Amino acid sequence: MSIKEIELFANDIRRNLVWAIGSKGGGHIGGCLSICDLIAVLYGEVMNYDPNTPNWQERDYLVCSKGHAAPALYAALALKGFFPMEWLKELNRAGTNLPGHSDRKVPGIDATTGSLGQGLSIACGIAHGLKVQGKNQYVFCITGDGENDEGQIWEAAAYASHYHLENLIMFLDWNKKQIDGWNKEVMQLGDLAEKYRAFGWNSSVINGQDIAEIRQSIHKAVDIRNGHPTMILLDTVKGAGISCIEKIENNHCIGVPDSLVKESLEELEAIRMQLKIRYGES
Amino acid sequence: MERIIYTGGKPEKEIFEVFSETMEELFREDSSVAYIDADLMASMRTKDLWEKYPKNVFNTGIQEANMVGVAGGMNLAGLKPYIHSFAPFAVRRCFDQIYVTAGYAHKSVRIIGSEPGICATDNGGTHMTFEDMALIRTIPEACVIDVSDAKMFRQLLKKTKERKGVTYFRTPRRGLLDIYPSETVFEVGKGKLLREGNDVTIISSGIMVSTALQAAKALHEMGLEVNVVDPVTVKPLDTELIEMLARRTKAIVTVENHSIIGGLGSAVAEILSESYPVPIERVGVKDQFGQVGNEEFLREQYSLTIEEIIERVKKLLNGKNTGR
Repeated sequence: MSIKEIELFANDIRRNLVWAIGSKGGGHIGGCLSICDLIAVLYGEVMNYDPNTPNWQERDYLVCSKGHAAPALYAALALKGFFPMEWLKELNRAGTNLPGHSDRKVPGIDATTGSLGQGLSIACGIAHGLKVQGKNQYVFCITGDGENDEGQIWEAAAYASHYHLENLIMFLDWNKKQIDGWNKEVMQLGDLAEKYRAFGWNSSVINGQDIAEIRQSIHKAVDIRNGHPTMILLDTVKGAGISCIEKIENNHCIGVPDSLVKESLEELEAIRMQLKIRYGES
Repeated sequence: MERIIYTGGKPEKEIFEVFSETMEELFREDSSVAYIDADLMASMRTKDLWEKYPKNVFNTGIQEANMVGVAGGMNLAGLKPYIHSFAPFAVRRCFDQIYVTAGYAHKSVRIIGSEPGICATDNGGTHMTFEDMALIRTIPEACVIDVSDAKMFRQLLKKTKERKGVTYFRTPRRGLLDIYPSETVFEVGKGKLLREGNDVTIISSGIMVSTALQAAKALHEMGLEVNVVDPVTVKPLDTELIEMLARRTKAIVTVENHSIIGGLGSAVAEILSESYPVPIERVGVKDQFGQVGNEEFLREQYSLTIEEIIERVKKLLNGKNTGR
């Protein structure tokens, strides 16, 4: 995909995400929006997958360790044809095919997460399992910044480095907020990029809402294979891409009434039009 | 009724030897079998395997929670993981990881928790699990195996290689007496009737099976005949066998190296209370924490003795005779 196509894909993901969460009346929209650009790059260009065979043995794996961001993945998976778009309107309703937290039973979802801190261990296990079997796929893992409070994350960080899991690429969604407020007020973790470097990881900080930068950093991580796992710290904004949600202070999990859905969709449509103008389309 | 070879003598092989041998056989049969430990290979005497099978054996260091997650991930990548730690760390410390990453996500993970209950001896209360079976029993579709015999352990390690969900083995590392002859066939969910009688039924698991057999022998010398059952799997429980024996003897004694809350005694009481209620006496640890001591001392402390079993059997018979 071109940059333009990925940007439009990210816009599509956001539109379907807002629509799905709005159908339910609310949800974890802030931390979903902050990773939409990453998800667009991963599913738009980077990852190998087959929507018709979600458990294809040769696929790349994605573990969304911050399981509450599952709706962003669901929107991308629906757009890519893993399941019908209509499923999105049943998001997190009783008897749904799409639970609010990442669930293995959903076509295209590799790991069940939601109890924070566990996904990076699962990603380590997949990466290590692939490695000992001589397989070349990559394992991508998305963790939250608040999630990095969990001790298990640091167990897994040591493990990945010890076993030289160079096929593991982890993203840290540094949107700077968690349920009870700003990270720096709830639990100050300091320089996370430096911490991962100290654990033996390749580590970098990028603009997590800049598709070109995300794309470049992932390609670099895929190519490097220097015996170390890679952590890409995404400098993001909670609620990114929709200004009326961005400006809500506590936007981790919020009610999303029809009025907010309408305002959001109008803004996303305007952004879409701007993108088309920028890329020379009418 | 099963033929048994129990003599009270020294076992042919210690459990840690059986574990190593069996894992090695599994690696040779199936290259996708993995064994992960959390820095207790020296205790389980598996360091040789670690050196010999670098593509099958992994050490997470002291990271039980991560070990469970890694096992779940490895299973997703096509491996068949077995993980080991001491029972408190293999279960209590990482219960949420077992529940979500292994259980809820339908991963195929086998957990070996060694030195359960009073087998922790000198490691004391922090290491003494009287709750591990209770915890794992609450995980849907999980299997709980309270190992009573090395041959049972060997066979079920192999038979559960493809089993989906959480399979939990609790076993001492050594000192388990031989009960079964080598040709015995073990199945998940199938209990073993080791001795027959019409007075009372004793249902006993793990290290307490040999104690129950000794109690049954002493009762025989007193003119009383009891059934002795080893459920093999505390979950799923052989409800058919237990109900049949409840109907026959109208009284049950359960015996376990575990709290009477949530373990074997609870499991038996749960099923019989709905299907065929009979008086039940539960021999086990009563809402207590562990402590330091050798096995003999701890058995006395928690009434895990032949004498206690005999007393409970007599109590039930008294009740039957007086119509209570």
